[in-house]
Order: sequence, then structure tokens, then C-alpha cells
Amino acid sequence: MSLAKRIIPCLDVDNGRVVKGVKFVDIRDAGDPVEIARRYDREGADEITFLDITATHDNRDTIVHVVEQVASEVFIPLTVGGGIRTLDDIRRMLNAGADKVGINSAAVFNPGFVREAAERFGSQCIVVAIDAKKVSQLGEPSCWEIFTHGGRKPTGIDAIEWARKMVDYGAGEILLTSMDRDGTREGFDLPLTRAISEAVTVPVIASGGVGNLDHLADGVIEGKADAVLAASIFHFAEYTIEQAKQRMAARGIEVRL
Amino acid sequence: MSTVAVIDYGMGNLHSIVKALQHAAPEVDVICVSDAEAILQADRVVFPGVGAIRDCMQALNQSGLADVILQVAKSKPLLGICLGMQALLTDSAENNGTPCLAIIDGHVVHFPEALTDTDGNLLKIPHMGWNQVHQLHPHPLWENIPQDSRFYFVHSYYAQPNDAAVTAATTQYPDAFTCALAQANVFAVQFHPEKSQAVGLQLLKNFLHWDGHV
Repeated sequence: MSLAKRIIPCLDVDNGRVVKGVKFVDIRDAGDPVEIARRYDREGADEITFLDITATHDNRDTIVHVVEQVASEVFIPLTVGGGIRTLDDIRRMLNAGADKVGINSAAVFNPGFVREAAERFGSQCIVVAIDAKKVSQLGEPSCWEIFTHGGRKPTGIDAIEWARKMVDYGAGEILLTSMDRDGTREGFDLPLTRAISEAVTVPVIASGGVGNLDHLADGVIEGKADAVLAASIFHFAEYTIEQAKQRMAARGIEVRL
Repeated sequence: MSTVAVIDYGMGNLHSIVKALQHAAPEVDVICVSDAEAILQADRVVFPGVGAIRDCMQALNQSGLADVILQVAKSKPLLGICLGMQALLTDSAENNGTPCLAIIDGHVVHFPEALTDTDGNLLKIPHMGWNQVHQLHPHPLWENIPQDSRFYFVHSYYAQPNDAAVTAATTQYPDAFTCALAQANVFAVQFHPEKSQAVGLQLLKNFLHWDGHV
């Protein structure tokens, strides 16, 4: 009897529509975030994360409406990330029914924002998203650096030190994405995941690179992650969340079935 | 039509709890209020809460809602959730010690540092995610909820009542702690029923049909 490891499907939302090709055959509107969230909830998702990739500021209200609708009928924790830059952005998301917000580049440009946000709204709702890339060469001790702009811009900040600092500043959870693995379907960067998870006291969500169900289990067993996040393997209906949980359970991981 | 008042004392998002109550029992009128009269007239009262205990107690004391909750606790079904559970105890260790409402005799304490599981892995704080709730004795609020069901938790502090008899359920992290309290017409939970899918909605439904007697 213990705390279950969590499986978190992630939806990329652009102008209120889910993008990156969701292909459920039995869904009426494959771009409708509410319908997809409802389905993940039925399959047993432990939480749902929305990543708002809407480029224009004017259209950012759409994600607020999406969260409101989902929160009115899906009763599991909801996280919203993407474009969270001010305390007012956070307030709007929480009032719409989000339980947590993900802060990414705003934390890099202004770490004090994380402290302000945690003091104002409580650490429990502040997830700091870390995009890390390996910078050490073969044969050197492993070293990862924080990158911004979708993995294009190096910051010179060491990923492990950064994770520790963000927890000191009040992050209640770390969403760790390997920019080397993101989109590759080769599995999580397990040494990175483990290094961060063992360096901080708060839960770590592993992200980036999931291509099959064993990758999810590896993230927990070898990566020591507290939760695993994936997008495409669930969207394309290759696997259901239930199947993912069965596989994790078969490998000895405690899950909510 | 019966009414349930969700106490709004300015501590964040009440959207989820209101929606979940509406979903659990569509025939009940759910109101979200800070007005003392409206709270005292409702048939049942939900006392939610997130954030830090000092801010919570300050808001309750300044608004006069602390007295309202004390009156409710003597008269009608009251459900405390998360910080709304912790605030019912005598005091909390959070924010260097904070006096609370003292409706239930006991203290609120922080999880010990550097907890590990049986495999030696570090247990993270906050205790966040779905954990099993072990019911210690039958209660109307546990109706149709299977023993050891998983509910969603997110917290770093937990209640330690002085009288073990008021503990309605425990959860292990790694040792058993009190995750639900039952004292006459008062019921309180550390987890979030409004975020615990079907079992959470069932608990809310049970509360909305509870007459306050055990």
C-alpha cells in the first residue's frame, strides 16, 4: 500500500484546438480538447496537462475556456502550461479550474517569479518545467544544461543546480523534459531523470521520448520519476492509458487501476 | 431543495469544488458565499482551502467567518477539505505555529524530513498523487466507497488528533497518518474529493445526503 505513480497525458492546444494529430477513430471531433480529456479521464488518467502553444497573445483566452469546460466535467487534477508569465496569468488559470500551472521560460528569465507565485498561490500549484539537453561529451561525467526556445537556446545553467534552486524558490513539482529525446520515441533520458529526481525533494514528472509502454515503466524504475508524461503514444491510440497502467503494474509499479 | 454553502474566504479557486458538488447531486442547490447569514441558513456547509494556514486563519478571523464555522460545527453537517480540515484542529506547526479553530482537539504537523520507502527511495514532499484511504469504521460518508480506494492528495502537513477515536481513515506515507476525521456532525478529509474522480464524487454525494448523524 503506497502512493501510486502517475500517468499524465499531455495535450498541445493551439487556439483552443488540440494539435499534433490526435487520431481516435471513435471520437467525433479529434481536435476538441474537452472530448479528448473526457476520454483520458475514462481510461484512468491520473492527471491531464494542457500545453498552450497559441502564439498570439490575443487568442490566449481560448485556453481559459478550454480549462473551464474540462474542469466542469472531468474531476481529476488539471495542469496548464505555456505562456504563464505573470501572477495574473496564474490567477486566471486557477480561477478557470486548473489545479497547477507550469512555468517554463519565465522562470529562466526571472527566477523570482517562481518565488512570488509560490508565495501567492502556494507551492502545490507551481510546477516548474525544465527543458534540459546533455552537454557533456562521451567519456566525460554526464552534465545537462537548461535550454529555452524549444531547445534551441542554451542558457549556460546546469540542470541539476537549476532544479534545486527552483525547489528552494517554491516549486512544488518539476516537469523535466529531455530535449535530446523529445519526439524521438527512444524513451526518456533515464540518467538525467534519475539525477534530477534524486537531487530534489519534490515530485518529478519525466517527459520527452516515450515510444512504448516499457519506456513509461523505465522512467519510474530506472529514472526514479514520480510521474510520467506522454503525448503521442496516447493520442494516436496506439495504447490506452489502461494498457499503460497494466504494463507498469506488471513490472511491479504501484498504479491506480 | 436543499442547499450547500461552499465557504468563500478569498483563498483561491472554488470552481472545482462547486462543479463537483453540482455533478455529484444535481438536485442540490450549491452556493459559493462569504456571507454569514447565507452560510448559517444552508443545510450543509463545505469548508475548502488551499495555501498556507496563516493566511487562511487571518482571512477567517478578519472576516468573522471563524465564528460562523464554529457555529456550523455545532449545528449541521460540515465537510472540511485539505486546509479546511487542518484549520479545524487546535493548532498547526505551519508558519512557525498557527492557532486554528480548535473544533477538533489535536495538532497539525509536517511530514518528517528524508522519509524513504521500503526500497530506500526518497519519499517526496509534498505527498502528491493518488494514495489509498483505509476506512477505520463505517460512516455514512464511506457508503459505496470500496475499502482502500485511491483519492488524490497534495499536502505537506497532516492532522494528529489527540483522541484516536475521531480518525475516520488513515493513509500510509510511509507510516499511517490520519487522512479523514469524523466527530459528530463534522467530517474532514485531507485529500481532494473534488479531484478524485468517481470515488470523490461518491463521497461528496454521500455528504450531500448526510443528516449529520453517525
